[in-house]
Amino acid sequence: MERREFLQKCIMVIVGASVPVSALTLIDPKKVFAENPQIQWAFLVDTNKCVGCGFCVKACKTENDIPFDAHVSRTWVERYVYTKDDKRYVDSPDAALYGFTESRIDLGRGEYKEIDKDNVGKAFFVPKLCNHCSSPACTQVCPVGATYKTDDGVVLVDRTWCIGCGYCIMACPYGARFFHPIAKVADKCTFCYHRLSKGLDSACVNACPFKARRMGNIHDKNDPITQIIMNERVGVLKDEFGTKPQAFYIGLAQEVR
Amino acid sequence: MVGEIAKHAAMIVHGEAWTTKELFTLPNEYIYWSIQIVMYPYMTGLVAGAFVLSSLYHVFGVVKLKEIARFSLVFSFALLPVAMMPLLLHLQQPFRGINVMMTPHFTSAIAAFGFVFSTYACIVATELWLVYRKFFVETALALKAQKDRGIIDSFRFLMFKMLTLGAWDIGHEALEKDHKACKIMASIGIPVACFLHGYAGFIFGSVKANALWMTPLMPVIFICSAVVSGVALCILCYVVVQEIRKFMAKRKIARWAKDPNAPSIEELEGAKHEEVMIASNYLMYFMIAALTLEILDLIFRGYTQVKSWDILREVIMERDFNKIFVLQYGLGNILPFLLMVLPGRTVRRTTIATVLVLFGVFMMRYNVVIGGQAFSLSFAGFMDYTLPIIPHDLETFKEGLFGALTVAVTPFVLFYFINKVMPAFLKEESTH
Repeated sequence: MERREFLQKCIMVIVGASVPVSALTLIDPKKVFAENPQIQWAFLVDTNKCVGCGFCVKACKTENDIPFDAHVSRTWVERYVYTKDDKRYVDSPDAALYGFTESRIDLGRGEYKEIDKDNVGKAFFVPKLCNHCSSPACTQVCPVGATYKTDDGVVLVDRTWCIGCGYCIMACPYGARFFHPIAKVADKCTFCYHRLSKGLDSACVNACPFKARRMGNIHDKNDPITQIIMNERVGVLKDEFGTKPQAFYIGLAQEVR
Repeated sequence: MVGEIAKHAAMIVHGEAWTTKELFTLPNEYIYWSIQIVMYPYMTGLVAGAFVLSSLYHVFGVVKLKEIARFSLVFSFALLPVAMMPLLLHLQQPFRGINVMMTPHFTSAIAAFGFVFSTYACIVATELWLVYRKFFVETALALKAQKDRGIIDSFRFLMFKMLTLGAWDIGHEALEKDHKACKIMASIGIPVACFLHGYAGFIFGSVKANALWMTPLMPVIFICSAVVSGVALCILCYVVVQEIRKFMAKRKIARWAKDPNAPSIEELEGAKHEEVMIASNYLMYFMIAALTLEILDLIFRGYTQVKSWDILREVIMERDFNKIFVLQYGLGNILPFLLMVLPGRTVRRTTIATVLVLFGVFMMRYNVVIGGQAFSLSFAGFMDYTLPIIPHDLETFKEGLFGALTVAVTPFVLFYFINKVMPAFLKEESTH
């Protein structure tokens, strides 16, 4: 074989091989097979409406098999109390599973603080859950790719593949992740993906008696939730981390972190 | 009944057993990374440091460190498998650990660890083989010449025969080639060793959610303290082993009973003094570098006073003050530095210093790993860590005192066996 001929054939092989290879990148199976690529789920919390009943936490734990007596939760409610003498107290006893039935503040280590009612400046509740960020820190750091973001914007964990290193738990700036006490893998809010994909509301949204928690498709301009996010003043938690959270809050105070 | 207890035990969330929460912490926050994650950078640091010390001779030709260099190389090989141990003990699903190699997700800082680690292990193994090839061949030939070999000697013959990998040429030229190759491997090894450990620093330094960990200085700080701990451990072990050999020479046990060429007590003492003095100089240089960087990081945080400073200040200056300033900096850095820098330095004083340095580096790892989880993401609460001492289940064993001790003891056990095959203290002419 002449050198010229050899080179010609080499080029032919390279060009020929590159066609199917480039086709692989052109067709992204994830996009092709995505169930609802036009959907991008977002969560809306109206902190003004939350009364701290804890129904959402109960519903979540029941729906998603998180043991009631395990001190972890996919969602929780925080209580903020500001006194007139400029002190701030925050608590979330048992992740608010049983609601805020006591007026005293849980200080941890079995200590409590009763606040004089006349001294209370303002007080409010803030429900929290996974923010299903657009650029999540947790999926970035998973060494085996066991946690990932679906095309409709939900961050999930593959329980059969998670090695339980805890790196995602460390990476989440919102403390939304934990180790499931029985499955022994990282666990977190899924927006009740199993319900969403059947056209149902997530358990916490369903359980909230005051519509403090709502969900919508942010890609649909006519969705009432999208309308609120577009037209009203909403905030997100800890935007300084650049994770672009998809849980939006109405009436967010700057002290809420 | 048993089922009920099991059910109850299962309700204890990972981390709950050793975490005490104070003021407002988020419900899911616990000290998830505990003592094994303290051991992990500590052990990788020792591996990397021991290797760097051995390279001082192989690459930079610091001939006076020849003996300690060979010892360090063998010791770093014994430490290698142990660097993986804490990670496996810490995993919630240890049997899936291999997934990191099978489906690595490369945006994660941990994903490439398996590969970097394996590359490094290959380099150390190759270098060791090159150093000990002559010894393997000589031993195999001697065993071959032996007329009636017992079972043990037959096994040893087979093993050494295999270890030669069929390269039986030990002529001058072949050995020169070995020496050259060894130098090349060692010079590739240094950046890889630094990368291995700098990488462990990156795993922490890149966690943006953690205010204490997130700093680009973290990998560099980790490399410097790694070298410090590795060199200190090598000096310490070298002195201890030489003391044992001296003891044996005095009592005429083992080799000294039959071999008239065995080193005398004076020879052992002389060699020890010189090697320890030079190695401890390098130890001091790296200590200065490590301390400078750590203090720089602290000053920078205090000076810039970003949002997280309030809570960090309370952790560093108040809650963990004793652990950081008394134990880590005072006992683990300044005191040993003074011990080494004051005039009239002796081997004994240096040895005490190395023990303190090892403790100091351990405290540094502890203060980074546990200290980084001592405050809540809400910046409004704290978490306290209590090391489980008496284990009451597998988890409190694995991530408790005994788990950590298992990790700490293993390299010495491994060294004992590796030393049987690749004696760290050979007569000059048998190796490079």
